[in-house]
Amino acid sequence: MKAEAIAVSVPADIEAELAAARLPFFKAFGKWVRNQPLGAVSAVGVIFMILVAVLAPLIAPHDPVEAHYEAMAAAPSIEYWLGTDQFGRDLLSRVIWGARTALFIGFTSAILGATIGLVLGVTSAYFGGWFDLLFQRVMDVFLAFPLIIMALAVVAIFGTGPENVIIAITIPFVPRCARVVRSNALAIREIPYIDAARALGYGHLRIILRHMAPNCMAPYLIMLTTFLGQAILLEASLSYLGLGVQEPVAAWGLMLQGGAEEYAESAPWIAIFPGLAITLAVFAFNLFGDSVRDTLDPKLRAR
Amino acid sequence: MRSIRLKAVCAVLAGIAVGVSAAGPAEAATPKQGGNLQFVVPAEPPSYDGHRETTFAMIHPIRPFYSLLIRVNPENPSSTTDFVCDLCEGKVEAPTDGGKVYTFKIRKNVKFHSGDNLTAHDVVATYQKIIFPPKGIVSARKAYYTMVESVTAPDDYTVVFKLKYPSGAFIPALAVPFNFIYQKSVLDKDMHWYEKNINGTGAFRFKEREAGAVIRGVRNTDFFVKGRPYLDSFDAIFAKKESLRVQAIRGNRAAIEFRGFPPKSRDDLVKALGNDVTVQTSDWNCVLITTVNHKRKPFDDVRARRALTLAVDRWGGSKYLSKIAIVKTVGGIAFPGHELAATKQELEQLAGYWPDIKKSRAEAKRLLKEAGVDLSKTYYFNNRAVDQPYKIVGTWLIDQWRQVGLKFEQHVEQTGPFYDQLRNKKEYDVSIDFNCQSVVNPIVDVSKYLSDDRSGSQYGQYKDREVDALFDKMNQSGDPKEQRVLMREMEKLTLDTHANAFITLWWNRIIPHRSYVKGWKISPSHYLNQSLDNVWLDK
Repeated sequence: MKAEAIAVSVPADIEAELAAARLPFFKAFGKWVRNQPLGAVSAVGVIFMILVAVLAPLIAPHDPVEAHYEAMAAAPSIEYWLGTDQFGRDLLSRVIWGARTALFIGFTSAILGATIGLVLGVTSAYFGGWFDLLFQRVMDVFLAFPLIIMALAVVAIFGTGPENVIIAITIPFVPRCARVVRSNALAIREIPYIDAARALGYGHLRIILRHMAPNCMAPYLIMLTTFLGQAILLEASLSYLGLGVQEPVAAWGLMLQGGAEEYAESAPWIAIFPGLAITLAVFAFNLFGDSVRDTLDPKLRAR
Repeated sequence: MRSIRLKAVCAVLAGIAVGVSAAGPAEAATPKQGGNLQFVVPAEPPSYDGHRETTFAMIHPIRPFYSLLIRVNPENPSSTTDFVCDLCEGKVEAPTDGGKVYTFKIRKNVKFHSGDNLTAHDVVATYQKIIFPPKGIVSARKAYYTMVESVTAPDDYTVVFKLKYPSGAFIPALAVPFNFIYQKSVLDKDMHWYEKNINGTGAFRFKEREAGAVIRGVRNTDFFVKGRPYLDSFDAIFAKKESLRVQAIRGNRAAIEFRGFPPKSRDDLVKALGNDVTVQTSDWNCVLITTVNHKRKPFDDVRARRALTLAVDRWGGSKYLSKIAIVKTVGGIAFPGHELAATKQELEQLAGYWPDIKKSRAEAKRLLKEAGVDLSKTYYFNNRAVDQPYKIVGTWLIDQWRQVGLKFEQHVEQTGPFYDQLRNKKEYDVSIDFNCQSVVNPIVDVSKYLSDDRSGSQYGQYKDREVDALFDKMNQSGDPKEQRVLMREMEKLTLDTHANAFITLWWNRIIPHRSYVKGWKISPSHYLNQSLDNVWLDK
């Protein structure tokens, strides 16, 4: 039955992909922008955030950790565009450098989580049988915990700090990606070229990494982009709870935790700007992830 | 209970200007019985053992379950010389034998919450544990009692302390609120039992603990003071975040926090609640210090340690941090304002207190270079996950050190792991630490800075026999002038010449509470006057 389904659907997909591949890059990009206007806007936001993070040392008007005690909790002004926090540190500079922290932790944990999940998911599908059964039950255990609870547990074990935050965010991502990739890999495993590879005597590792994993790129990329927004939000949440990166590192969640609550009435800018940065970043990455999913998911594309 | 002024014994402490301005309303009304007092506590107790712990996180929820031999007069807690009997009978008697023997008669109507009667042997066993702890037992304040030769019980209701030499520091040390009286039979079986269990003779019985949330106590109907406590029960609610604690009082989910709020929170509460809130303020016998790990390079080198203190602008810090934190006063190792404390002129002679911060930081940079300190490396700074004032002062310190080229990564831990790092792991290079004392008694309060085999709470892992000798000489001297000279020498060695540890800023205590809380009076310590037996609710 599966073979028949593939025989029916593959030519149309291949045809569409070939047609898209024949388009010049800019035309293809233009078509994507027309089809995914929200995705395009979010892509601009994502690119802007990446540029801000990369260029932080050049564009930040002040050192993000330098305290100006004569200007503690100062309102937005010409000198401090977004105001200062309770230590007199420039909020604009801290928001800019905070993008670097968010992206570093977000990208690292999302890529690690998705990639490990990809390899484990494909491996599980490839071997099948008792290995797959056992492995999926382990994944079920991990999936039973909400993201933030799992991350909190990991931080409680390993402690605080950027490296441990990355580990804490990566671990809950792994089973989520592995589960999605596995379902895709189960179908790929049945395609004759895998049998052919086996017949040629290729090892398990080669088949998994060179023949199956590359064909699971669509779900992998969808999960990766989805994880980016979640990772930024998780990092901010952990820092807000005092379990993520620590002062004086510029990080959005930490900025909300510091003096934002105490000064919410008298100096609301301390909470508003990092909060806004988190909201816009997560919104941009989530929209971008959705548009990537819409573009790469054959089922959605067929609609 | 009757009180006396121990002028003869505590002459050294007389005349202390503890600037307490208790601003509570006049309490002419008769105390009302009943009610549940809800108060907020910023951290959870690392253990229940008063002898081992040094934190308010233990005192505030646990002290109401225990009694002391003597205590500071709850009606006059700001006094440094006014002590009354708690488990002893009558008044605190003057010493005999030239000031070397103190005799206490123990009350006969006292029962532990387990139902067993309290005798003098329980008091003796308790003080044996505090003063002469066996190996493996932590007694944080054992150095307070270096003058004690023996503690004995000649009969079931008499306790005798024999001193090696007369000391004005003894009675204040005896009134330390951490000296919970434990049951001898329990200690004989397991000295660690009280770390995880509670069995006292206090005004309240332990009801339950919900981890991370609350410790509840209910009235002890067998309490040895008839008619007390006034309250039916109390809930000690744990709330780590300061904003949450402020909102709890604002929303009447809690009536008081006994530790202290920064000026900003006081202003917010007064603005929001008007006459429904009462503010009590006091100087605070509490200081954040910087403990340097002497076993870790490069801070095993005195030059690197001196650079650490020279980098810190205390005079500027006092001006700015007092607006956002509960710290304010620049001082040395003795409680500022006390006659044994350094004057501003004396402080300005010490490293880290120079009036010219640029000159001070230039010297710090020179010393770092001379000592070959690796400025490309990031050092480990251990801090406690309590907003006020730990995290604020910690962040400020990192900024100060950054200005001489030193980089620190801050590791903020909850109270338990924070102490574990200080006491056991010892992986930190520099740590926030504190010297918070109860009764103002500088000649023993400075025991924090003794060698680690003398002090029960020195975590810098150093031994300094010169400092130890000065401390002993100061404690054995009856002359306040000589004590002052010795205190200056000890201070110079500790903070400057040997740079063993550093003072940051002394605290300023501000307690805004619901006006219906009556009977509680502020003191210069957040450890004192927390038995709650005299607190009532005017609702």
